[in-house]
Amino acid sequence: MFVAVVVVVVASSPGWGAFKAYFLDGTIYRESFPEILDAFWLNVKLFCTAELFILPAALFVAVLRSLPGPVFFPLRALAIVYADLFRGIPTILVISILGFGMPALGLSWVPISQFFWAVVALVLVYTAYVSEVYRSGIESVHPSQAAAARSLGLSHGQALRFVVLPQAVRRVIPPLLNDFIGLQKDTALVGTLGVVEAFKQAQIDQSATFNGTPYLVAATLFVAITIPLARFTDWLVARDRSRQQAGRLA
Amino acid sequence: MTAEAHGVSDSGRTPSEALRIEGVHKSFGKLEVLRGIDLTLAEHEVVCLIGASGSGKSTLLRCVNLLEPIAAGRILVDGEEITARGVDVDRVRRGIGIVFQSYNLFPHMTVRENVTLGPRKARGLSRGEADADAGRLLERFGLADKRDEYPDRLSGGQQQRVAIARALAMQPRLLLLDEVTSALDPELVAEVLDVIRELADGGMTMLIATHEMGFARDVAHRVCFLDAGRILEEGRPDQLFGAPREERTRQFLQRIVAAGRL
Repeated sequence: MFVAVVVVVVASSPGWGAFKAYFLDGTIYRESFPEILDAFWLNVKLFCTAELFILPAALFVAVLRSLPGPVFFPLRALAIVYADLFRGIPTILVISILGFGMPALGLSWVPISQFFWAVVALVLVYTAYVSEVYRSGIESVHPSQAAAARSLGLSHGQALRFVVLPQAVRRVIPPLLNDFIGLQKDTALVGTLGVVEAFKQAQIDQSATFNGTPYLVAATLFVAITIPLARFTDWLVARDRSRQQAGRLA
Repeated sequence: MTAEAHGVSDSGRTPSEALRIEGVHKSFGKLEVLRGIDLTLAEHEVVCLIGASGSGKSTLLRCVNLLEPIAAGRILVDGEEITARGVDVDRVRRGIGIVFQSYNLFPHMTVRENVTLGPRKARGLSRGEADADAGRLLERFGLADKRDEYPDRLSGGQQQRVAIARALAMQPRLLLLDEVTSALDPELVAEVLDVIRELADGGMTMLIATHEMGFARDVAHRVCFLDAGRILEEGRPDQLFGAPREERTRQFLQRIVAAGRL
């Protein structure tokens, strides 16, 4: 219903003809698709590489924050400062500062690959977010679970590893996947470095044809990847819920 | 310290002494939960702690297992002061089993994994050895057919028996039971109490916080009545239940009788 209203309103707007010509050109869509698809593989490489580092690094940061006692205060403080800082700075700034700044230092041992610095920037930003997700999971496990593990003579680390973390991680899989989707989209920001990923390629095609349809191609590609992931997340949540209900009935 | 007040010197430990609690104080913020507890358990002795909710029974057990630090006093297990500085708490806990009111089984592990986690990770047994031990324990408690189930598939009574098996798998010298039947439906209480009775008959040293007065009378060698963080009265079950000396003990037991629990 809502969709129908939107379609009618948009299609009957005075600028519809110009809009259609600018964004919905079938020929340009077909012509720019292979190029943008090619560039999109760089986005895939970016988010896959970044996620590979984010998942363990964020878990590490979350565990640092959960360490008990005054001895570990400096580590806890460090983890908090890091998470606050990188959740606060807009992603595009982190990417620009690292992507343009680091190679410009001119130090021979600093990599000059912008792909490298783009991955580092995404890892820094998303590790901060994802560590908070893990932390909420760790805090959602009742303290009596850790107490039961410690009462068996397990160390703090063993209790965390065998009892708390397995339960915590299971609970946060949906929000983890949600952040993964966010990461996929934010790879488009890497285009600002001049790295030719899908969005940058779409921009190039747009300026060559003076037509916006290439943006639609890029959008299609991102959506094609995020929708299956979103449905997969739903499926995981539903499966968990039905398992718990089965447990309660028995 | 309070040890002298009770006429016991530090070196006067009898060889069969399993647990000695001396002048233990514990506060949560401004609330003083334990106000000088003295209690000694001989090896193979079963002592029941009774008293109203908030009298400090659970806190005392958690202190003995070092899950709560104490503010003053000391606790000795088999003659070793476990509350001393620098004691390896993990090693101490391996020798002291505790079973909680709310079972606290690990929901992501099967029954067998629950029972073998401690032996494998804290005692360093191989999976095969730990599985064999767990199999014997579960068999003994009538849970052999549940070994691959997850805890949420079991009844409360079954879960609590698994929790007892998990504690026993560490082969503790001392077992602490914290109101282990309080969360159970009435018809499931007996199956858990039977297991504890069997342990008592087998000579397990146990300190039991309980609301089950009939059970306490039946299984305990000694009963302690806790009131406002102190042991107000202690004695043999027939004496304490039959002819309590203290007025507050009498009042407590009358309330229990009125509630139909004795």
